[in-house]
Amino acid sequence: MSAVTPTPQVAQPDAARVPIIKLEGVKMHFPITRGIIFQRKVGAVHAVDGVDLELFPGETLGLVGETGCGKSTLARVVMRLFKPTEGKVFFEGQDIGNLKSKELRAVRREMQMVFQDPFASLDPRKTVGSIISEPFVIHKTLSRNKIKPEVQQLMELVGLNPEHYNRFPHAFSGGQRQRIGIARALALRPKVLVCDEPVSALDVSIQAQILNLLEDLQTEFNLAYLFIAHDMSVVKHVSDRVAVMYLGKIVELAPGDELYRNPKHPYTGALLSAVPIPDPDLSLKKKRIFLEGDVPSPIDPPKGCRFHPRCPVAQLPKCATDEPVLMPHHPGQTAACHFPLADRAILGDVEG
Amino acid sequence: MSEPLLEIKDLCVQFPTVDGLVCAVDGISLTVDRGETLGVVGESGSGKSVTFLTVMGLISDRQANITGQVIFKGRDLVQLPKDDMRAIQGNEITMVFQDPLTALNPVHKVGNQIAEVFVAHRDITKANAFGEAVRLLDLVGIPKARDRASQYPHEYSGGMRQRAMIAMALALDPDLLIADEPTTALDVTVQAQILDLIDRLKEEFNAAVVLVTHDLGVVAEHCDNIAVMYAGKVVEFGSARDIYYDSLHPYTWGLLGSVSRLDKTRAERLNPIKGLPPSLIHVPPGCAFHPRCPHVMPMCSTQVPELLNIDGRHASACHLSLEEKKRVFHGVKGARP
Repeated sequence: MSAVTPTPQVAQPDAARVPIIKLEGVKMHFPITRGIIFQRKVGAVHAVDGVDLELFPGETLGLVGETGCGKSTLARVVMRLFKPTEGKVFFEGQDIGNLKSKELRAVRREMQMVFQDPFASLDPRKTVGSIISEPFVIHKTLSRNKIKPEVQQLMELVGLNPEHYNRFPHAFSGGQRQRIGIARALALRPKVLVCDEPVSALDVSIQAQILNLLEDLQTEFNLAYLFIAHDMSVVKHVSDRVAVMYLGKIVELAPGDELYRNPKHPYTGALLSAVPIPDPDLSLKKKRIFLEGDVPSPIDPPKGCRFHPRCPVAQLPKCATDEPVLMPHHPGQTAACHFPLADRAILGDVEG
Repeated sequence: MSEPLLEIKDLCVQFPTVDGLVCAVDGISLTVDRGETLGVVGESGSGKSVTFLTVMGLISDRQANITGQVIFKGRDLVQLPKDDMRAIQGNEITMVFQDPLTALNPVHKVGNQIAEVFVAHRDITKANAFGEAVRLLDLVGIPKARDRASQYPHEYSGGMRQRAMIAMALALDPDLLIADEPTTALDVTVQAQILDLIDRLKEEFNAAVVLVTHDLGVVAEHCDNIAVMYAGKVVEFGSARDIYYDSLHPYTWGLLGSVSRLDKTRAERLNPIKGLPPSLIHVPPGCAFHPRCPHVMPMCSTQVPELLNIDGRHASACHLSLEEKKRVFHGVKGARP
């Protein structure tokens, strides 16, 4: 709590800047099939359903939403681990949607991923040294005798003891394993890091350590982060801009502070009002929007606005028939809602 | 308040392992009054779950060496014979677990699992018990409870499973509900629903609730008193206001500094606690927190600080002087009225 150091750069997107990653109308549908030999398609899970998004060099774009809203699928489409059903994914202006595996390998060097579960994402039978050196072996960027010093330097960079080079993952705690995952992702000096819930499995004190580490690395290497989390307060802490996702669509996109001060979409409002604030007096001042029930099935999403069955301000029949599009509100803020919330509707004067 | 509903006195739980004795709980004293919500906060491995599993009688003396007393309504649960304890478990003291999918039996219908509570503790037919289960599912806000009661746990969403667990826990009108990380596996929106449900039902049933969690935000909103645990000990105890506005332990300061908050701007850097929680086999001598403490003094590594009352019920276990602690804490937090 003591040292308050200002963030060195606050990236603001503007027309002059070229996005490093650009998504255009990306859809990812997973088919549901019946039959064993003759598989008939009987439906599809609309995991991601028409997303346009830009990520600029050096910025952090937060992505929030409830379980099953398609955040992780979107991350995997960005990484081109899934080939999108429709739409285009550009990396530095190059469409990577239809690249062959060899061409893709060159692009993959530039973008890496940090996974949620530090227990499942590390091979238990490999030493830490060989886990972190694998990118060098695969991409053949370093000669064999140079790998070990480089790996040990990486371990030091992420706050691990380089002497633990020959230890196995089980000898490390959750936070330390996440550091191993980060070191592995940084090995090839990528430009983009996709972090899929990197701190959700960790204790608060360890969370803070990892978040600070990610912040330092961003400043040092001018990394762009796509930061996925379901914890709104964590996302607010790290992000320049935040995108809110609901049932495969972006419902609101805004600069971090704007989104928290003046959420426009009622879903954003509901998410914000549900976040517990560690301060008994402030938490009483917060306005509460209760959401009933759970996210509907993405196999057959509701017509019109996808949020209307759970929305506290929905007006029928408009919300059930017309699908809202992203409309501009405050500078840099867009929201897809027919009846947007008023300014300072949720946190009011809570925000300091 | 005459006598507390639950009084834990100097409880120690030690597990013998091949590597040595694990002191999961190391001399804890706590009280819970009727109608109160007690929050228990700490990192993984601080002994918060083991403490309340012991209260619930789920740790047997074959697994662990248990010393001290757990006095519930005038009876010491540690010494209680197994059969008497059975009458209390699930009846007077009940528990809601972290992961509702593993806590529910996947091959039995949810309604039958709730009905089982009645069959075990009350003289009631199975059909009537099932009817009671439907009533409870309705009470905890499950739509179409009659149909839902005949479904299996995999047909429920995460939030609904946790509601079913709460229904089961409240079936027999318990005096004490222990919720062990009830919302950790859930989304924030569902978390808010579940915590409000627990609050509402606590009033309705006039029960006491123990909320074990690592989330400082959750305890701020829902708890009257808070106990902060570290390495098997309570290091600070006080009302929610004491803990958030007048905290007197460096570990609590560290926890508060680690949380990303909505009311903070991006420019403010988090201030985490250095290092890792200690191994419970080799707990550091003196104050267990001293290797990670930014205010460590020479005496901290030799003398174990006692949990001393400061004013009223606010207590903390730290060698720093009161003036020094107030100066540091308020200096850190900035001017707050």
